[in-house]
Amino acid sequence: MGQIIDIKSDSSLSNFPERPLSMHPKKFALWLFICTVIMIFGALTSAFIVRKADGNWLEFELPVLLWVNTIIILFSSATLQWSYFSAKRDNINNLKIGIAITFFLGILFVIGQFYAWKELVSMGVYFGGSSSNPSGSFIYVLTGLHALHLVSGIIFLLFVLVASFQYKVHSKNMVRIEMCATYWHFLDFLWIYLFGFLILNN
Amino acid sequence: MELAHSTSAHHHHTEHDHDHDHEELSFIQKWIFSEDHKVIAKQYLFMGILWAIFGGGMSLLFRLQLGFPNAKLDWLQPLLGDWIKEGKLDPEFYLALVTMHGTIMVFFVLTAGLSGTFSNFLIPLQIGARDMASGFLNMLSFWFFALSSAIMMVSIFIETGPASGGWVIYPPLSALPQAVGGSGLGMTMWLTSMAFFIVSSLLGGINYITTIINLRTKGMSFFRMPLTMWAFFITAIIGLLSFPVLFAAALLLIFDRSFGTSFFLADIYIGGEALQHTGGSPILFQHLFWFLGHPEVYIVLLPALGITSEIIATNSRKPIFGYKAMILSMLAIAFLSFIVWAHHMFVTGMNPFLGTIFMFLTLIIAVPSAVKAFNYITTLWRGNIIFTPAMLFSIGLVSFFISGGLTGIILGNSAADIQLHDTYFVVAHFHLVMGSASFFGMVAGVYHWFPKMFGRMLDETLGYIHFWISFVGIYMVFFPLHYIGIAGFPRRYYSFTGFDFTKSFTDLNTFVSIAAIITFAAQFIFVFNFIYSIFKGRRAPSNPWKSNTLEWTTPINPEHGNWPGEIPTVYRWAYDYSKPGASEDFIPQNIPYSETKESNFENEVDPIESKH
Repeated sequence: MGQIIDIKSDSSLSNFPERPLSMHPKKFALWLFICTVIMIFGALTSAFIVRKADGNWLEFELPVLLWVNTIIILFSSATLQWSYFSAKRDNINNLKIGIAITFFLGILFVIGQFYAWKELVSMGVYFGGSSSNPSGSFIYVLTGLHALHLVSGIIFLLFVLVASFQYKVHSKNMVRIEMCATYWHFLDFLWIYLFGFLILNN
Repeated sequence: MELAHSTSAHHHHTEHDHDHDHEELSFIQKWIFSEDHKVIAKQYLFMGILWAIFGGGMSLLFRLQLGFPNAKLDWLQPLLGDWIKEGKLDPEFYLALVTMHGTIMVFFVLTAGLSGTFSNFLIPLQIGARDMASGFLNMLSFWFFALSSAIMMVSIFIETGPASGGWVIYPPLSALPQAVGGSGLGMTMWLTSMAFFIVSSLLGGINYITTIINLRTKGMSFFRMPLTMWAFFITAIIGLLSFPVLFAAALLLIFDRSFGTSFFLADIYIGGEALQHTGGSPILFQHLFWFLGHPEVYIVLLPALGITSEIIATNSRKPIFGYKAMILSMLAIAFLSFIVWAHHMFVTGMNPFLGTIFMFLTLIIAVPSAVKAFNYITTLWRGNIIFTPAMLFSIGLVSFFISGGLTGIILGNSAADIQLHDTYFVVAHFHLVMGSASFFGMVAGVYHWFPKMFGRMLDETLGYIHFWISFVGIYMVFFPLHYIGIAGFPRRYYSFTGFDFTKSFTDLNTFVSIAAIITFAAQFIFVFNFIYSIFKGRRAPSNPWKSNTLEWTTPINPEHGNWPGEIPTVYRWAYDYSKPGASEDFIPQNIPYSETKESNFENEVDPIESKH
């Protein structure tokens, strides 16, 4: 699965003539994927601004729970970074603990987002239907799509967790955890952007 | 071609490096769920040709209505069934045909068929890689495309008809089934299909970019890459940045259609009754759509331009004129393509000042485009031109690119656009500059790389016949449409005989329809040639066009892994044609300067071998 041509064995790293500059293809592909996610959310937040300028815009308070969720996801980034450093120092135990904590914090975040939706509904801010307004629908789309990406991140964490139990993640084999950390930090950053965006626009 | 091997020592690992590829793969692994970029490219090509026949055939159906508004079409009943009512084409089905023709041609033929075929086939071969960065994702990309194709194909046959709101699917037309039957299930399937298509494009694009950046062979610096590689590279970047935006737009439209949100739907009354939607902005959809839609034009065109650069240089036996100018102009076009989208929306009531800015940015695109046209012509200038069918199609592309591009300058003018918007002038413009030009690029590519794909040659005589009928035919179809458009004749109208000002164009429309039928029929010469030559064509020599690029250093029928031994090293750019002093009129990229002392320029010496 996901067969990547091993460039190291292919090139033999000879310097004649120069081998073009390159990075790990999988990591590079992950960055490209992140670019596409940025473009999706860029498009949605731009649409938000354009639509807001048209008027007929429902104003409401953001659920307080979002602040709690923000702290949770920030903390999860820290724990993942801690497990990354642990892997670098071959401290396999801490690595496992770190990923496991991150995994549960991730799930907690998604549940928290769901309760934030409930709070929105109780405030009378609906996703669809005759009493909904695009300002509310946008919040559901932005948070929902972010949560969907976060779920993909949680699945990624699960893979790395399983790999760490099989002793496949250590200082000589960092690609998995590096990519996982990159993606997770990105999702964290994306949430900070979205949350800041919503605060500034409400 | 063996020179590269003699200069650099064999590495110990190359022998066993690809041993696992010689294991027998099952039929399914080899031809269906293949991870080999060459097989995937052919899968894209077959699918593209199939869709082109479908999409082109649809245009004939609505050309029949336009060219012969009074004709009895009962004889089409076996094919179209209830879509023929009392000998006439059903007006709603006419709209569906127009929509499907656009969708199929733009996305399935000229995006997937063109980029999918040639990016997959040529990137590893021309940069010197064994395969794509991820063969698995590449396979996934094709099968997402196949799934998307299947859904789109099924949608054509459902009772309420396929999507009918135009390929641009503007809401509210596309959001409300009350507007047109196709906006019901047909539109749902359209959106589902396009979602999979976007996934397929992104997977493909990520792979193309990663491969070009990371897997180039030794010596293949960016400025030694053939222009095809640059074109595919830039195309993939444009796709990566613009398709997610279409995804976002489609997502919001799905919510509007099925979940009762009102992103794009303002207060709408049908039969005096208000719908539940309130407060949406249909113009917002147009912004999101055209943010993809305009770059999409270049996603379609740039690969064709890259292919043309390669073919024209090879068959003029001259270095491409202005190699770096070609790259810079493509980068400039790519950049500009993202900031001109609102020129599709001049008449939506946007601020005229904003319109002026978009007009200004749009007209700037003429500069890099003119650089490209100029460079093609100067490459041809005083070359030893060899008129292969591929070369003829490439020159045809340049012709369409110029004649269609000129009308772009007229349309880009926000004042002139008030008269010309949504008329046949627009249809003529983009069918020449984007449709026909890209189509010719694709066909040129097939003629040029067929020997590498199938190890056999296409028949040249049939190629010449195909070219001349197509070239003349396309001008006969699209040139008259300019006049119809200037007269104000709107596109997508089922019937024009009801208006006084358009009645006088009946004969011209008949002429266009006949030309379209002939042009379409001529494509079957190509289809025949293509299928026949796969099995019975003349066997291809290893380098039939005496070309410099790396793909011709592989065996005639390359296995998985492309090169049996070591991957050749690159020592020079791809355009050393007719170099003064050289014994032959071409020097492939893998020949070191030490072996061409008689033709080297002063600074051309091999890098010093080290650490060996």
